[in-house]
Amino acid sequence: MKFAVIVFPGSNCDVDMYHAIKDELGEEVEYVWHTADTLDEFDAILLPGGFSYGDYLRSGAIARFSNVMKAIQKAAEEGKPILGVCNGFQILLEAALLPGAMRRNNSLKFICRPVTLRVENNETMFTSLYEPGEVITIPIAHGEGNYYCDEETLTKLIENRQIIFRYHDENPNGSLENIAGIMNENGNVLGMMPHPERAVDALLGSADGLKLFQSIVKYWRVKHVVTS
Amino acid sequence: MYKVKVYVTLRENVLDPQGTAVKGALHSLSYHEVQDVRIGKFMELVIEKNDRDVEELVREMCEKLLANTVIEDYRYDIEEVVVQ
Repeated sequence: MKFAVIVFPGSNCDVDMYHAIKDELGEEVEYVWHTADTLDEFDAILLPGGFSYGDYLRSGAIARFSNVMKAIQKAAEEGKPILGVCNGFQILLEAALLPGAMRRNNSLKFICRPVTLRVENNETMFTSLYEPGEVITIPIAHGEGNYYCDEETLTKLIENRQIIFRYHDENPNGSLENIAGIMNENGNVLGMMPHPERAVDALLGSADGLKLFQSIVKYWRVKHVVTS
Repeated sequence: MYKVKVYVTLRENVLDPQGTAVKGALHSLSYHEVQDVRIGKFMELVIEKNDRDVEELVREMCEKLLANTVIEDYRYDIEEVVVQ
C-alpha cells in the first residue's frame, strides 16, 4: 500500500508522518509537494500538521487553494482514505471536505501535551482495530482546535456517527461536544486535532496511534484482496 | 481604482475567546460599562477598475477566501479613488 504525505510551505509534521508509515507501519510512503497535479498512484493521502502559509488569514485558508487540493478532492470522491491531522484537519475544513470550522482555543494558548481520547466509532476504515469506546492517549499541539459547527451540522454528525474521537478526561480547547476528530459522510475523509503519528512507539510515550494507520492498511487489504 | 475596506468578525452566536479576554481586561481597568467586545480583522484592498462589478467582485473574494462564513460575518466599504 502506498501513502502520500502532502507537504505545504510551513508543514512541520511531515517527517513524523513519513516515519510513522515507513518505519513503524512498514508501508510505502512518499512526500508530495503542494504543487502536484495528480495523486493517482497513491492509495491513501495524509495531510500533516504544521503552519501552512504561516497560518495567515486563518489556519488552512491559503493552503486550501493549493494546486494539489484538486487531486485531493478527486481522491476523496474516489473513496480513497484521506487523513488530515491538526493543520491537515484545518485545511480539510477550509476546503469544505469536512463540515465546520476552527476557532482559537478558549484558553487562547497553544497547548502541547498528551490527552486521552475516546474512540466513538470503531466501525470505520480508520478505527476498526480499536475496541468500541476504547480510551487512547495521543498528543495534541495546537492553538486553534476549538471545533465549531452549527446545530444542524452537529445533529447530522451525531446521527451519521461521524464523530470519531472525543476528548475523554478533559476538553483542552473548548471544542463543541468535546470533538477531537470527525469523518465525512462517505466515511473516507477523517480530520483530527491529536497527532496519531506522534504516538506510534512506546518510546515516544504511547503507541496508541499506530492502530489508526494499521486500520487503514487492513481496510485496503480487504478491499484489494485478489482471489484467484 | 477602488479602495475597499473589508471587516471580518466572528458571528454573533460564535463565542469569541479573544473578545471575552479583552472585555475582562477592560473590566479590570474599571470600564464596567463595556457590555461586549468582538475582535475581528480589517483588510484594505486596492482594486483596479475593470468591466466586472466591483461589489460583486468583493463579495466573491469575501465568500471564497477573506472570511470563513461558517463562523465569520463580513462587511465592506467601497470607495472610488481617482489616480492622478
